[in-house]
Amino acid sequence: MQSTIIQKLLGHRIIFSILFILLLTAPLYLSDFRLNLLGKFLAFAILAIGLDLLWGYTGVLSLGHGIFFGLGAYCMAMYLKLEANAGGLPDFMTWSGMSELPLIWLPFQYPIVAIILGVLFPAFLAFVLGSLTFRNRISGVYFTILSQALVLVLVTLFVGAQNLTGGTSGLTNFETLFGIPMNEASTQTMFYIITVVVLAAIFLGCRRLVNGRFGNVLIGIRDGENRMRFLGYNPSAYKTFIYTLSAAIAGMAGMLFVLQVGIISPTMIGIIPSIEMVLWVALGGRGTIIGPVIGAVLVNAAKTGFSESYPDIWTYFLGLLFVLVVVFLPKGLTGLFETWKARRKSQNVGKHVDVAKSYR
Amino acid sequence: MSENMLTLQKVTVDFSGFKAINELDFQVAPNNVHFVIGPNGAGKTTLLDCICGKSRATSGAILLHGKKDLTKRSEEKIVHQGIARKFQAPSIFHKLTVMENLEIAMKQKKRLFAMMKAKWTKTEKQSIHDMLDLIDLIEEKDELAGTLAHGQKQWLEIAMVLVQEPDIVLLDEPIAGMSKKERDKTGELITKIAEDRAVLIVEHDMDFVKSYADIVTVMHEGQVLFEGSMDEVQNDPKVREVYLGRKVEEDADNTGA
Repeated sequence: MQSTIIQKLLGHRIIFSILFILLLTAPLYLSDFRLNLLGKFLAFAILAIGLDLLWGYTGVLSLGHGIFFGLGAYCMAMYLKLEANAGGLPDFMTWSGMSELPLIWLPFQYPIVAIILGVLFPAFLAFVLGSLTFRNRISGVYFTILSQALVLVLVTLFVGAQNLTGGTSGLTNFETLFGIPMNEASTQTMFYIITVVVLAAIFLGCRRLVNGRFGNVLIGIRDGENRMRFLGYNPSAYKTFIYTLSAAIAGMAGMLFVLQVGIISPTMIGIIPSIEMVLWVALGGRGTIIGPVIGAVLVNAAKTGFSESYPDIWTYFLGLLFVLVVVFLPKGLTGLFETWKARRKSQNVGKHVDVAKSYR
Repeated sequence: MSENMLTLQKVTVDFSGFKAINELDFQVAPNNVHFVIGPNGAGKTTLLDCICGKSRATSGAILLHGKKDLTKRSEEKIVHQGIARKFQAPSIFHKLTVMENLEIAMKQKKRLFAMMKAKWTKTEKQSIHDMLDLIDLIEEKDELAGTLAHGQKQWLEIAMVLVQEPDIVLLDEPIAGMSKKERDKTGELITKIAEDRAVLIVEHDMDFVKSYADIVTVMHEGQVLFEGSMDEVQNDPKVREVYLGRKVEEDADNTGA
């Protein structure tokens, strides 16, 4: 028994190391275009891990993570936009007749401040919303609806405040980061490597968090929030923390996304993308840390693949994929793997019992 | 008064007009196995609910050791005061193993950041091991709790109450659905845990109550009808009328059929 646990740990560690090395060396065997796509998918994977902490482990379904992703992305983009204009006003502001930089843009002249705000701002928003709702014991579908309303409100604000946010066309035309030209292949490779490293760090950190006693408490809250109260826990505090953490992770993902994709606009952070994010987690398998990573990469790769091959009807394929997974794989792809493992285990146990019987 | 662990003073629980408990005065003494019986709707479960904070007392006070009022405290704060509750339906965590169920239940700092740093200590491991031994689940410790038999689930839940090391244990129908053998074992377990704490049990099974009760409270329509030893309870004409009489008739009907 002991040795199989060790083998299993080693097995996991080896698989993860191989995957990590494969991802790190991807610049060697992927074209710049493909690498850029993969980098984008991995940024999504980072977000999916955070979303799964919230949904898969703690049982809180948020249909509004696009907004936290968006806040991170906008923070980064605002800095990039300012740097591209070398201290001048961004183009869309001049078009809306503004003559000086609005107050809210001022901190974003400094890259470090922009990066820190890209994490803190979404985290703060989630903390405020989370503590208000969870403390008042608003949960389940009511929280989900609220999270969706949040997206609607903020996206409307983003679109409406054209002079501050660039409106529907968002922010784009970036040139340099820390003075380094962004569109060069070497810079993009660097962004890709950073994304892989951040993904690995988030992956390991979250795995550590959920594999111990803390993770069991989260599962307890997911499966019996009230019961946990009578064991002496305050589920609201735990839920607020995880919601805040997952928003911060989404913010990071948003920043990495902007660096590699070069544009952020309200359509990328609205209701539809928010729902898609949940589907990545569902498809990959919630309640595991690797599941959402697989889900985010696969769904987005499929999306790209379908849209390249069947530009007219690719959305139908995607829809079909989702329906198939929801109907046939309620626990996602990792669930499939687990069922297979359990079946193999029970077959072994079955054999064992047969042997025991034959000696009787 | 002060020697009582728990004192309810004129507690009323009003469910929008229906008074499940009506100006109830009630005491729980230490080291006693205290049973609460009564016909359906007498307010037995509501009594447990309002002690542990699941239902709120509309008026009255619930005093712990004669001083702290529990009626305004949150559920988890009441647990921290040393009151643990087992619910009627087994509510263990099916997706966690037996061990993990006890791990999150046991007495420890349960605040967010303390929990993040939590690691097994030797004493914790030993006490969980002893508990597994007591409830006979050593071999099943790494099985998912959802796969246990019904009786084992009940024990696991009683164990989850005990590892919180409470001063007062509230049990709601602990032997429901158990076999004769399992009942006996549960009875022994209850006698054992009452050695150094108070145990308050809601139960319907009269034979079980008779075997293990130190004191029995009969509730009727949200109030205490009678309190005393099981013999006294059985011989009280009022009790016989509202509860035992009816029960005897039902039993007679059942055996007749």
